[in-house]
Amino acid sequence: MPLPKLAVFKLASCDGCQLTLLDCEDELLALTGAVEIAHFPEASSTMAPGPYDLTLVEGSVTTPEDAERIHTIRADSRHLVTIGACATAGGIQALRNFADVDEYRRTVYAHPEYISTLATSTPVSAHVDVDFELRGCPVDRRQLIEVITAFLAGRKPDVPDHSVCFECKRRGTVCVTVAHGTPCLGPVTHAGCGALCPAYHRGCFGCFGPSGSVNLPALIPLLRRDGLDDDAVVRYLHTFNAPAFDKELSQ
Amino acid sequence: MTHRGSRVLHVGSLSRVEGEGALSLHVHDGTVTDARLEIYEPPRFFEAFLRGRSYTEPPDITARVCGICPVAYQMSACAAIEDACGVSVDPVIRDLRRLLYCGEWIESQALHIYLLHAPDFLGRPSAIDLARTHRAEVERGLRLKKAGNSLMELLGGRAVHPVNVRLGGFHRTPARTELRSLTEELKRALDDAWETVRWVAGFEFPDASIEADLLALTEPDTYAIEGGTPAVLRANGTTDSFPVRDFTAHVTERHVVHSTALHSWLDGRLHLTGSLARFAISGRLLSPVALEAAVAAGLGDPREGTPCLNPYRSILVRAVETVYAVSEALRIIDGYEPPAHPYTEVPPVAGVGHGATEAPRGLLYHRYEIDADGIVRSALLVPPTAQNQSAIEDDLRRLAQRAISEHDPDDDELTALCERAIRNHDPCISCSTHFLDLTVVRTSGESTGGRDV
Ligand code: SF4
Ligand code: SF4
Repeated sequence: MPLPKLAVFKLASCDGCQLTLLDCEDELLALTGAVEIAHFPEASSTMAPGPYDLTLVEGSVTTPEDAERIHTIRADSRHLVTIGACATAGGIQALRNFADVDEYRRTVYAHPEYISTLATSTPVSAHVDVDFELRGCPVDRRQLIEVITAFLAGRKPDVPDHSVCFECKRRGTVCVTVAHGTPCLGPVTHAGCGALCPAYHRGCFGCFGPSGSVNLPALIPLLRRDGLDDDAVVRYLHTFNAPAFDKELSQ
Repeated sequence: MTHRGSRVLHVGSLSRVEGEGALSLHVHDGTVTDARLEIYEPPRFFEAFLRGRSYTEPPDITARVCGICPVAYQMSACAAIEDACGVSVDPVIRDLRRLLYCGEWIESQALHIYLLHAPDFLGRPSAIDLARTHRAEVERGLRLKKAGNSLMELLGGRAVHPVNVRLGGFHRTPARTELRSLTEELKRALDDAWETVRWVAGFEFPDASIEADLLALTEPDTYAIEGGTPAVLRANGTTDSFPVRDFTAHVTERHVVHSTALHSWLDGRLHLTGSLARFAISGRLLSPVALEAAVAAGLGDPREGTPCLNPYRSILVRAVETVYAVSEALRIIDGYEPPAHPYTEVPPVAGVGHGATEAPRGLLYHRYEIDADGIVRSALLVPPTAQNQSAIEDDLRRLAQRAISEHDPDDDELTALCERAIRNHDPCISCSTHFLDLTVVRTSGESTGGRDV
């Protein structure tokens, strides 16, 4: 039996989510025994054409070329999984969605006319059907292995959508909001990191995007109480998963 | 079939580099007339959306420029903003920053050596393929990389985009015993790094020499990592230096049509930053074990000041720097006493601040202007790859020309040569780019053919 074919594609991103796969040092060689790495330019010069059994896509759609390319990638993939905040929510570069991109272009480049870009940064799911979205900026290594293993075994990945608060409780971390009045997005942020920031004595800044059930009207007064003014609240929510939280903010 | 004097060659995507980009080579009657590293990273506009953010945010936000060197972005951002606010941090905090940075150097250099660069020397498409014949070596590389990641995870919270860095220091500083728990893994990593030097020293290196000025940070008595003064070793052998705040008076950026990364020049000349530059400028300040490793690698004694200018041999310098980073990590952990407070307060002050640190791939400069309320008014980031881009193109042109003049390689060989020439410099195209595509245009009196490779 031939091995299932794995492909990794990158759109606009920092490479951090695909690097997380190479950071699975203990599992990497075992993984390459279980799948054929058919297309993964960051790791290999051998690039086999599709179809692929499992495709991981990192990054968001920000150029006309990528808006087309993602359809080809979808057509070539039996299962398509997006990895990271860029691919699932538009990522940090989606801050342009709330601004004037022409002005951005003029700010950064001496010759804005050389730069081709879309006015928005959108998640992959805005363009094609996606079989699973793994969150995080970056994704968590354990969750990434779980998702790959689940797809190879033909089962649903075990990735719960409760909030970071649950992970703090499980880890036994003292609540930074209750104990220290530190602003924290943990109550509305998707679990997955293992409640990393509170364990390092800081509030969650939402890098995994919104959790399954989000109650912003309950959280915002707490953020204000802990010292954030209106602008700061919006800035806090508008960072790595801005469009996803914005949807919640406008509801 | 294509005619050698007149052909177009495309490679869909240059592999084993960070990010993606394109490359074109124009050959006219056997002469390379143009060599371009075309950077197509979809622009992500960091410098635009940093405006209006709080001055506390750039360390977390700019980390997302690059997943391979997030600590470099965090450290240059902290240095620049602390400079604007007139704060200097406690020496213990400085040491901890250096320790975190050592984690990134180990992880990133091991990644480049084993996963990206070594397969070129052994004629293999990937480290995964290499593991079929060199399993022990690849396992060693992964173990070494993991030691760097363990350090980043303990001190930073995670390996990609650490969460523990803040202005003035850290959110939480580790207890002595926590850091000490890494000692065994790092001792093993020192052996692995040393074995790496021996392994890569056995590779075959084509003759080549870069012709560019070298730029790296310097410190009076240590190999610069998390700060220092920019120093230049000119191609004619002279040296000079300038304060970080004058960086943009010396390094000027231009926007060229084929790139979404800005090209930069140092006082109007090509320059290269990164391992070769650091080693040439500060090699004599390496730790004893790293000095020994340099000699064992065949790089000569850095105390005698012979620079390594062969880009193919940069893998040796990276291996020596890995030995150094592991030895530094062990030294810092050994002498660590937790500071009284994990960070120094950094109250906002209206002004402009400059910061530069040594990313694994070279000098990374940040400048921020902030107002009295601590809101960022403007931001400027100059990553190493944008600085190196012109020197890489120059190197490429020279290596391609020599091959064409000496034995006129066919398309496949020329493509492989160009890809290697680029990988020698470990470009971090993510810091600036996207799609690397090779186009070789050969023109003569005849028509132009084309094919895909
Ligand atoms: S989600 Fe974050 S870590 Fe992943 S590619 Fe995007 S910016 Fe990088
Ligand atoms: S606590 Fe929040 S911000 Fe921190 S890593 Fe987890 S999800 Fe990201």
